[in-house]
Amino acid sequence: MKLHELTIHQARSLLKSGEISALELTTAAIDRILQVDNEVKAYLTLTPEQALEQARQADARWDAGEDIPLLGIPLAIKDVICTEGIPTTCGSKILENFIPPYSATVIERLRAAGAVILGKTNTDEFAMGSSTENSAYFTTHNPWDLSRVPGGSSGGSAAAIAADECLGALGSDTGGSVRQPAALCGVVGIKPTYGRVSRYGLVAFASSLDQIGSFGKDVTDCALLLSVISGYDPRDSTSVNRPVPDYQAALLPDVRGMRLGVPREYFIEGMQPEVETAVRAAIDLLAEMGAEIVDISLPHTEHALPVYYIIAPAEASANLARYDGVKYGFSFPDATDVWDAYRKTRQYGFGAEVKRRIMLGTYALSAGYYDAYYLKAQQVRTLIKQDFDRAFELCDVIVCPTAPTTAFKIGEKADDPLQMYLSDVFTLSASLAGLPGLSLPCGFDGEGLPIGLQIMGQTFDEPTVLRVAYAYEQATDWHTRTPTL
Amino acid sequence: MKLSREEVEHIAELAKVGLTDEEKTLFQEQLSAILEYAEMLQEIDTTAIPPTATVLPLRNVMRPDEVRPSLPREDVLANAPQSEDGYFRVKAILE
Repeated sequence: MKLHELTIHQARSLLKSGEISALELTTAAIDRILQVDNEVKAYLTLTPEQALEQARQADARWDAGEDIPLLGIPLAIKDVICTEGIPTTCGSKILENFIPPYSATVIERLRAAGAVILGKTNTDEFAMGSSTENSAYFTTHNPWDLSRVPGGSSGGSAAAIAADECLGALGSDTGGSVRQPAALCGVVGIKPTYGRVSRYGLVAFASSLDQIGSFGKDVTDCALLLSVISGYDPRDSTSVNRPVPDYQAALLPDVRGMRLGVPREYFIEGMQPEVETAVRAAIDLLAEMGAEIVDISLPHTEHALPVYYIIAPAEASANLARYDGVKYGFSFPDATDVWDAYRKTRQYGFGAEVKRRIMLGTYALSAGYYDAYYLKAQQVRTLIKQDFDRAFELCDVIVCPTAPTTAFKIGEKADDPLQMYLSDVFTLSASLAGLPGLSLPCGFDGEGLPIGLQIMGQTFDEPTVLRVAYAYEQATDWHTRTPTL
Repeated sequence: MKLSREEVEHIAELAKVGLTDEEKTLFQEQLSAILEYAEMLQEIDTTAIPPTATVLPLRNVMRPDEVRPSLPREDVLANAPQSEDGYFRVKAILE
């Protein structure tokens, strides 16, 4: 096995036993990026010199007998997470030259755990999208079929994992932006409970929904990264002060007696038949392994999409008001007055989808429409949350598809925002309810494209979500398959 | 819910986003389609249903009012498109 193909836990044991060095591992990852990234286009920024220096330091620390969770492990970071001294563009022209003066808490935690950072990965502009086609720089290509999207918005991170261009990665998920690209790229991705991971230094999109999550080649890696980034941070007032459980200890290959809820609303007309077949087969396998399958209903599922596309743009319109061309980022140079400067800075700095959402959100919050749209959406959000509360009286976790289709063609949905929004139809509800959700591979369609199984859990019950995912993964070999590049 | 062109222009002005004529036409059509889709929410009876603004049970998180170190001024201004004498430089607001 080549070094860049290793999982984090495999690499860790080889580093620990001294069979490989962090420098060799990081060099292998950088070589792999140089070999395939001109086709995959997962990275917006590479930091090879810094990565090699961090690897050398990691080797010195291993030699000195230190053993911390990510010592010498090369990772990729979605470019919406601030990294001190390293450009952070959010996939937007308006932040093209922005170099953060500080790092996000998750970056500090990764560094404290000894991680090596290879670079920043592509994203839809300000994480608004489901394909990376809204990136102002370029579209990332799905490693399983380069003519297809990797999903989004964390498509760069998911593609980088699938293409073995890093060992693990961070993304952010507002309505499915970790889980949907994980499904479309055949990797594992988790969006933890809202409040589990500090968002200090995560560029804000929709503050009541945004959450940082982790990607791995398998469930163990995903859990390992989640352990490192989780925990209370006084610098994020939405971060919740409660102990972080031992996620590694949750990884038991045993689902006997566990109650898995299958929501009937998640098998809908118009979804790709092969996705339904693969997900139903996964559920059957979990039943054979001793889990109890419970038929459940989440009646407001179809309302999640309109609720999300009012609440998220409304919050985005407020959050993105900060891009005024004064403090950082692009500034229109030849404005006639202050108002002209704002209008033109935002006209030329933002791409179409960002403008569309700012407009939608501004409308939903504007005088005369607030009650009909924003307040109404927040009330229906309560109903969506109550659906889950009732469902979890009957089951321990919910299993369902992550996305209604496998990876679609680049350009296929780019001109129809509503069709693009529908690719998040199964991930939005957990975001609105603040619940943890994970996607892992559960099969392939006739074109050889990966299919994702979504596991949603109760608030702060990441351990049970990870346990079911791990048990399924141990009983299957989907996660061991890799694309040919 | 069909948006008029004037409404599109009004929203753009509220959001301080300049739009080309083509963008106005496109957004008028696309935003109308999205808002029409959102009409399905009106069918739900939400009488006496409280709104969810955050899923957390937290309210008004306070911290002690203590002076703490902040970022050095030059680091903050390093990203400014225009700065002068340690300040952000902006266009005149009053003539």
